[in-house]
Amino acid sequence: MARIEVNHIRHSYLPNPQKDSDFALKEVHHTFEDGGAYALLGPSGCGKTTLLNIISGLLHPSHGRLLFNGRDVTNLSTQERNIAQVFQFPVIYDTMTVYDNLAFPLRNRRVPEADVDRKVRETLDMIDLASLAKKKARGLTADQKQKISLGRGLVRSDVNAILFDEPLTVIDPHMKWVLRSQLKQLHRRFGYTMVYVTHDQTEALTFADRVVVMYDGEIVQIGTPAELFERPRHTFVGYFIGSPGMNVLPVSLDGRTATLGTQRIELPGVPKAEGGTVELGIRPEYVRLGREGMAVQVSKVEDVGRHKVVRANLEGREIAAVIGEDDEVPADPKVRFDPAGINIYAGSWRVEMGA
Amino acid sequence: MDKTWNNKAWFLVLPVLVLVAFSAVIPLMTVVNYSVQDTFGNNVFFWAGTEWFEELLASDRFWEAMVRNQIFSFIILAIEVPLGIFIALNMPKKGWGVPVCLVLMALPLLIPWNVVGTIWQVFGRNDIGLLGYYVNALGIDYNYVQDPFDAWVTVIVMDVWHWTSLVVLLCYAGLVSIPDAFYQAAKIDGASRWAVFRYIQLPKMQRVLLIAVLLRFMDSFMIYTEPFVVTGGGPGNSTTFLSIDLVKTALGQFDLGPAAAMSLVYFLIILLLSWVFYTVMTNYDAER
Repeated sequence: MARIEVNHIRHSYLPNPQKDSDFALKEVHHTFEDGGAYALLGPSGCGKTTLLNIISGLLHPSHGRLLFNGRDVTNLSTQERNIAQVFQFPVIYDTMTVYDNLAFPLRNRRVPEADVDRKVRETLDMIDLASLAKKKARGLTADQKQKISLGRGLVRSDVNAILFDEPLTVIDPHMKWVLRSQLKQLHRRFGYTMVYVTHDQTEALTFADRVVVMYDGEIVQIGTPAELFERPRHTFVGYFIGSPGMNVLPVSLDGRTATLGTQRIELPGVPKAEGGTVELGIRPEYVRLGREGMAVQVSKVEDVGRHKVVRANLEGREIAAVIGEDDEVPADPKVRFDPAGINIYAGSWRVEMGA
Repeated sequence: MDKTWNNKAWFLVLPVLVLVAFSAVIPLMTVVNYSVQDTFGNNVFFWAGTEWFEELLASDRFWEAMVRNQIFSFIILAIEVPLGIFIALNMPKKGWGVPVCLVLMALPLLIPWNVVGTIWQVFGRNDIGLLGYYVNALGIDYNYVQDPFDAWVTVIVMDVWHWTSLVVLLCYAGLVSIPDAFYQAAKIDGASRWAVFRYIQLPKMQRVLLIAVLLRFMDSFMIYTEPFVVTGGGPGNSTTFLSIDLVKTALGQFDLGPAAAMSLVYFLIILLLSWVFYTVMTNYDAER
């Protein structure tokens, strides 16, 4: 197990990067603590996989250093870094049996056969493929194959970290839950450093202690699931996390008051915003629909089962509000913003509010 | 049974039947016809029964040509398949080198058979041929016109030059279809270069290799033009392969009956061997 320091790493797939936009990874500086379970969350193309491949050594960064437990590993090969990685699509060795597939990473490292057998059997039980051990891997279904890939990632106990690159994409929803909780259990039992790349927020929030949100080649926020929900540092985090995403409304500020069109909104503090575009962010969960407050026109009500999502128009802006499953939309609907859920953004970044 | 029978549907397959009849069945039946008759010209034929077949199977000349042909096929497969795999593995996977290599590889395949023969016929001559002259200048006694061993070497090198590309191109197609993730996973798993070849590249090339081996086997078993142009089957009969022997019989001596019998036996042998090859290799595939 290791503490992984990503020290000012930048990466470009172009031979001669000039502009900032030439970089797939603009600048990442972060430490993955020993034994932590991290999720890298972000939309496709934001650089998650690039960062992962840099950690595992499949890619060599254009700039910056990588340290494992304080030791510089930037120029070491994948094999020397001793990392396990599971890819998005199943990679199996067709001609081998399921058992041999799992034994492969161990045998390549000349682990004694008795230990190989013990580890492989343990892993087979964990991924629930013990009954297929003697079968050729070729004829299996996609999710069985992906379980083999997962198993190959988990079979070595001495790795510095285990990296997962959207490993559950091809697995059906029920199995996803089972495997994800098994991964979590493993993490608790053995304390592996785990980094889990995904674009699925539920997956990220349930798997990880700390979620790293990436956007356009940069880390925009690192935090616990609760922090990401309550205090998104960047409007992108607000949009991306939560369903529906955060309402972001352009406002102008005057001390403790924000003005949205003709409406005035009382803020919980005085934002320390200096110029730039100022926006007010509020999650639909904190928008209260009732008989008092700012008048809105309701355009549609979506019943999603546990609650209802109300889409409405406030001062020419689309906003969403979440109300209880049994709540009714009043005849003359008005909304109020719960001050606890108000965040102010200047130039898309969150600003603190003073007393 | 309430099924309605509509035999008009047969008309739909008629075009194919006619095509196959004219391109394969009728010519083949003509040969069958010749093989059981004897003629002294003037279009007068006598029934000969199985005489030609018995004569053929008892003749040393036929079996010698057959053994020569099998040795030839074995040698060129043993050279072209490993060499083809080796070249394919070392070809660039991206960049400007790809089109350059592909064109270079495809060039020998584009040259007509008899031109290939002529090229090597001249190339190997020890008076004016670039290869023949310099090999002799190095002190090696090389003369494919007189020495059977040299004649064999020339024919084999020529075939390797002409056809290894086919194996290369097929293997290369198999190799480029392997997703990057496989190589990445192999790195993570700490696989050696040999293990990558054995467990990733070879399994992915298996299907195309099967086709390459089949094609090269059938082609080499039917080889005619190139050795005929280079050596004419000589010196003596040392490079007389089955098809050269067949042409000598049919056209050189104009023995239609024996030649027809030989054609049929030859055809059946190729069919049988190809079937055996195919079955063995696909079974092997299924087993794994």
